[in-house]
Amino acid sequence: MKTMYQKIWEQHEVVPESADTPAVLYIDRHLIHEVTSPQAFTLLRQRGLKLRRPELTFATIDHSSPTRTEQIFGGAPIAIESAARQISELERNCAEFGVQLLGLKHPQRGIVHVIGPELGLTLPGCTLVCGDSHTSTHGALGALAFGIGTTEVAHVFATQCLLQRRARTLAIQVSGTLAEGVTAKDLILAIISRIGVAGGTGHVIEYRGSAVTALGMEERLTVCNMSIEAGARAGMIAPDEVTYAYLQSRPRMPRGAAWRDALQYWGSLPSDADAHFDSEVQLDGAAVEPMITYGTHPGMAVPVSGSIPDNSSDPVFVHALSYMGLKAGQPIADQRVDVVFIGSCTNGRLSDLRSAARVLAGHKIARGVRALVVPGSQQVKQAAEAEGLDRIFREAGAEWRESGCSMCIGMNGDTVEKGQYALSTSNRNFEGRQGPGARTLLVSPLTAAASALRGCVTDPRELMGV
Amino acid sequence: MQPIRQIRSRTAVLPASNIDTDQIIPARFLRTTSREGLGKNLFNDWRYDGNGAPRLDFALNDPATAGCQILVGGRNFGCGSSREHAPWALLDYGFRAVISSEIADIFRNNSLKNGLVPVLVDEATSAWLLAHPGAEVTIDIDRTTLTLPDGRSVRFPLASFDRYCLLNGVDELGFLLDKLPAIEAYEARSAQLRQQYA
Repeated sequence: MKTMYQKIWEQHEVVPESADTPAVLYIDRHLIHEVTSPQAFTLLRQRGLKLRRPELTFATIDHSSPTRTEQIFGGAPIAIESAARQISELERNCAEFGVQLLGLKHPQRGIVHVIGPELGLTLPGCTLVCGDSHTSTHGALGALAFGIGTTEVAHVFATQCLLQRRARTLAIQVSGTLAEGVTAKDLILAIISRIGVAGGTGHVIEYRGSAVTALGMEERLTVCNMSIEAGARAGMIAPDEVTYAYLQSRPRMPRGAAWRDALQYWGSLPSDADAHFDSEVQLDGAAVEPMITYGTHPGMAVPVSGSIPDNSSDPVFVHALSYMGLKAGQPIADQRVDVVFIGSCTNGRLSDLRSAARVLAGHKIARGVRALVVPGSQQVKQAAEAEGLDRIFREAGAEWRESGCSMCIGMNGDTVEKGQYALSTSNRNFEGRQGPGARTLLVSPLTAAASALRGCVTDPRELMGV
Repeated sequence: MQPIRQIRSRTAVLPASNIDTDQIIPARFLRTTSREGLGKNLFNDWRYDGNGAPRLDFALNDPATAGCQILVGGRNFGCGSSREHAPWALLDYGFRAVISSEIADIFRNNSLKNGLVPVLVDEATSAWLLAHPGAEVTIDIDRTTLTLPDGRSVRFPLASFDRYCLLNGVDELGFLLDKLPAIEAYEARSAQLRQQYA
């Protein structure tokens, strides 16, 4: 009778919730990065506190880190001084408080939401938090994972716990299977455009149904990653054989008898057949098409083959279109593209790079288009290079960089210029997200690659013979 | 955190819905290691043009909003990133409360932890406030009411724990640290389950 969320919640209740006080919830894994942790370390210093369980906290550098090889490995200074300061402060803090840091030159460094699953830090049934809203990503393995603020980062440092109230549950049931050329990114954009950017507020989403269980592990990560874009703090998918196969080869996995014990626990996690969800949404997976955003939040999305709707009576819609320089009723295909960004915690994994490379192989990016491919982690980078994907990108005319958040958020100087149209595989098309005045259209790696070749928004199925 | 009992102020109004934390404080201002001084970049790209000159059509550049301590925003205020820099910037600028018909979860949590009062109101009240910038209203934490200029009061939801923390200036870390015996007991009873995280 219990949902997976309920089961994990109850396993981690140190003190249950009451009418007067929130629950004290135990946190198994704490991931930190350079942007949202410094003020939390300061708080510890002010109070004379230490990390209660330093072995459960892992640090990486991703948001402010340069992606140019020479600035990481070649001795060139980090171009942005404030970024360099933030990075060295994290190094100092981790050394002082005994936190394991995957530093700038570490071969396992990468975007926090790429390396968590990749290293086996994220396990089914665990509670995992990070001072980063895209922590929802990790729920794809059947973890309860959510983003927190910096004050809460300090709470976890000092107590390994958080004060939390139980969320409502939302089941998103996707039947059928996705058609060829339609990806997990298209599915989640379709879901957000259906339920809205506040459709998940106050809820934890569980994605279910045949179209979801048919997804590979990396695709599931893409879906859960954008749960926050629907306002939900967490998104989850029940662990199954796909999850276990993915986990088995991870460096930090339990081995032998411990692995068998873990499997038994993980097998008990999926929601019971008669579990009650507070709300439920049904979608037909077969009807989902390659999707693209046209506005200034991720819910403003249409099929690549469609047209921008006309909501001219809504001042927010009118403002968004004016910012984007687009017209109501305009078909979105053939819209000019200036920049293509392939990467981020949404779509910076090996399978994403493979699908982009599949479209780009043997072709040249259209003249005037700048394409940037940024792997989600150094391990993704090495794996991609081992199978020659970097050569495909370079020969097509794209830039191939070191890992990091890069142009998704532009904190490291990888930005889109004012007025430029950027087709981006990232997660947010907010005004100025990729640089002041930048115009972001969110798409899948397939659509990004196809559009890079044509220089305009292109349905990837046209180039894939689908 | 200072105890807060009542906030009485004129409102500044930003009617757009879905005001995300990238608008409240753009990412390039997060390359700081301090929580101080973020107010000067609050709503930076709406407040200033590319040359740093104030945009005269932006509400916070209207001299009438000077000194306003209450910000009224459209539906789904504070969506997007978990950056606590958003409430830090609002507080540093001088705001003490945000009113909206929907407030994003993480922003709401972050606000409460810093003494920025999130006030969730019904659509009709929100519509009235959005249409009447500069209205003098009173937020009463103890009674969890918002009182409009005509004297009408509406209740807003505030969990008793959050209300207690705001009224008494209690910070949650102290509360959590008091739970250490329970945390140790939990660690002991879940030791087997937690072996996989070792």
